[in-house]
Amino acid sequence: MFKFLGITCEQANEICNKAQYNEANFTEKLKLNWHLLVCKVCTLYSKQNNTLTKVYKIKANECRKQKFCLNNKEKELLKEEMKKTSLQ
Amino acid sequence: MSETNQPHTLSPDLWVDNYADYLYNYAVVRINNNDLAKDLVQETFFAGLKSAKNFEGKSTERTWLISILKRKIIDHYRKINSKKGQAEIRMSFYDNGENEGNWIEERVPQSWNSETESDIENEELKEQIDKCINNLPEKYAMVFRMKTILEFETEEICKELNITPSNLWVIIHRARTQLRTCMEQNWFNK
Repeated sequence: MFKFLGITCEQANEICNKAQYNEANFTEKLKLNWHLLVCKVCTLYSKQNNTLTKVYKIKANECRKQKFCLNNKEKELLKEEMKKTSLQ
Repeated sequence: MSETNQPHTLSPDLWVDNYADYLYNYAVVRINNNDLAKDLVQETFFAGLKSAKNFEGKSTERTWLISILKRKIIDHYRKINSKKGQAEIRMSFYDNGENEGNWIEERVPQSWNSETESDIENEELKEQIDKCINNLPEKYAMVFRMKTILEFETEEICKELNITPSNLWVIIHRARTQLRTCMEQNWFNK
């Protein structure tokens, strides 16, 4: 009856990764959860994957605050190069 | 004619002061390589100068320059995408036979140290993530960074890099698999 829910561990991993971004659809989530009920290894993988996602989110928050700029010397050099190019 | 309907004009003399940082920031967060990002900004300005006569004034100067930079980033992505012989992920699953899709015994995930959860704000951990991301093949690192660190929408990344959503998910899956191994070896089970 529930044969359509059967997936391999590899497929469960793929869905689990997609689910980290909330982009697994309803059927995929159903298949994943069904698989996790019967597979302890994938349950551990899934738990560890959630931990990694938390770590990546902390990194993402940090990166959002960062602003990258060119220094004045680099800007002056760029202006000179542009002048040369426009004269050619 | 209202001011908003006026065609936009180009002022190349002001590009560096007005847009260099914006373009540099745009490039560096995507490719995570300062020197290459600087080169792309310079190439964008040069390309802008060369094609200035084609500027129709329909978009702002900044939007027009960004569209040039986007094409440069796609070119870079295509270049790294065509490179062969890059690090391949170690297979974790049987790829044929009756066990196809099941874990290979020696690749089964192992439990991590118990303090893992409480340690995730650690500064050294963030440094280790950077190292692991930088060890990824460039293509994987770029897509992973855009999706996970910059938190772009799937559609946006696919449009920017001219890839399909299935391509994206394959790359994300491979990147996360490699990152997991790297983090496990260098942090969680060190």
